[in-house]
Amino acid sequence: MEWDWNFVWEIMPTLIEGLKITILATVFGAALAAAIGLVFAILRMTAPKPIARATAFVVEFIRGTPLLVQLYFIFYVLPDIGIRLPALLAGIIGLGLHYGTYAAEVYRAGIENVPRGQWEAAKATNLTGRQTWIHVILPQAIPPMIPALANYLIAMFKETPLLSAITVLELMNQAKSVANSSYRYIEPMTLVGVFFLIMSLISVVFLRWLEDRYARVEEH
Amino acid sequence: MTDWPGYIGLILQGALVTLELTVLGSVLALVMAFVAGLGRVSRFLAVRALATTYIEFFRGTSIFVQLFWVYFVLPFAGVTLSPLQAGVLALGLNVGAYGAEVVRGAVKAIGREQREACIALNLSRYQSMRYVILPQALPLMLPTFCNNAIELLKGTAVVSLISLTDMTFQAQVVRAQTGSTLVPFATILVLYFLMALAISYGMRWLERRVTRGLDGVRT
Repeated sequence: MEWDWNFVWEIMPTLIEGLKITILATVFGAALAAAIGLVFAILRMTAPKPIARATAFVVEFIRGTPLLVQLYFIFYVLPDIGIRLPALLAGIIGLGLHYGTYAAEVYRAGIENVPRGQWEAAKATNLTGRQTWIHVILPQAIPPMIPALANYLIAMFKETPLLSAITVLELMNQAKSVANSSYRYIEPMTLVGVFFLIMSLISVVFLRWLEDRYARVEEH
Repeated sequence: MTDWPGYIGLILQGALVTLELTVLGSVLALVMAFVAGLGRVSRFLAVRALATTYIEFFRGTSIFVQLFWVYFVLPFAGVTLSPLQAGVLALGLNVGAYGAEVVRGAVKAIGREQREACIALNLSRYQSMRYVILPQALPLMLPTFCNNAIELLKGTAVVSLISLTDMTFQAQVVRAQTGSTLVPFATILVLYFLMALAISYGMRWLERRVTRGLDGVRT
């Protein structure tokens, strides 16, 4: 079978529709992951021991099991206990939860890298816990985390095709439906690959820039 | 009355397929990691360019897209693969690309003085790589290889979408036949987690093995 450019232009609008959903899922998934990661990180670092242990186990468990199965779990099991979610929302929750555990490790490493002296100085100047976090610890902890977090953002973007397995009409699913109705696989599948490759090559450049900008804070 | 032992048996059969994929995929990934990783530090520009292209290409798209491409597009180029072959190929090439960066990083991390000592001893490039650089670089690679192997294990779930009867596929079969969702999915989540634990324990054991002769050499 030959590559057909006319067919490419014909299916392009459908694929762009799918790409929009892909980006939507990535953006909301990332926001959720950032929030969940923070909760996990704080629970692991400051909660009483049993809760911290339990959190650590949950994080390990989520990291050790496939995202696809977690998506199935959210999409198929939760309705049985009365929580019925639209496919896209289930997908966003799955992505957010899975990558939230990765983000949690980044936060933890970032916070632990703030020298002890900073905590002691904050205490010595009589700052409250809240002030210590907002004005001393987080401003130093966050910039070095940014490249690592961006790395996971890209990873998450690449994983969004999994949402097609729970019927979200994102890029991959649109390509599959086009392929199934026209019996042409080469163009849709290759285009999906090209889309992702272009996006991730751009994001690699962006990541290098972020690393230059933020990763070398401790040098001066 | 649902025949649970039978269904659990089905899932365990799937677990065997998952294990098979993980093992074969890891072997291919390991080979690719060393080929491409050493290719990236080659002295020939063409080899370096080839290795870089491979790595960027396979890291740039997800395992899912690659698997579908291998399974649905390659047949048009005259290469027809069984689902298992497609799965092993896609998983191995994908994770191999990540592993290649690990190999490169570890080889680069071995100090200059080691290379200079090799030259002073008149070792050939092969000899210095085989007897001096790699034995020291290997322990540096293992922790990240462990993560990569777990990523590969998690990646195997995707092959259920190209009709390979792995654990995830069988769980879907059980769901379709019994209507129960919690039991099959909870079961496979636990099984995946146990496999991931087994990998990380195995790797830790291996790490102790390969560092055995290096006590006092590395700080």
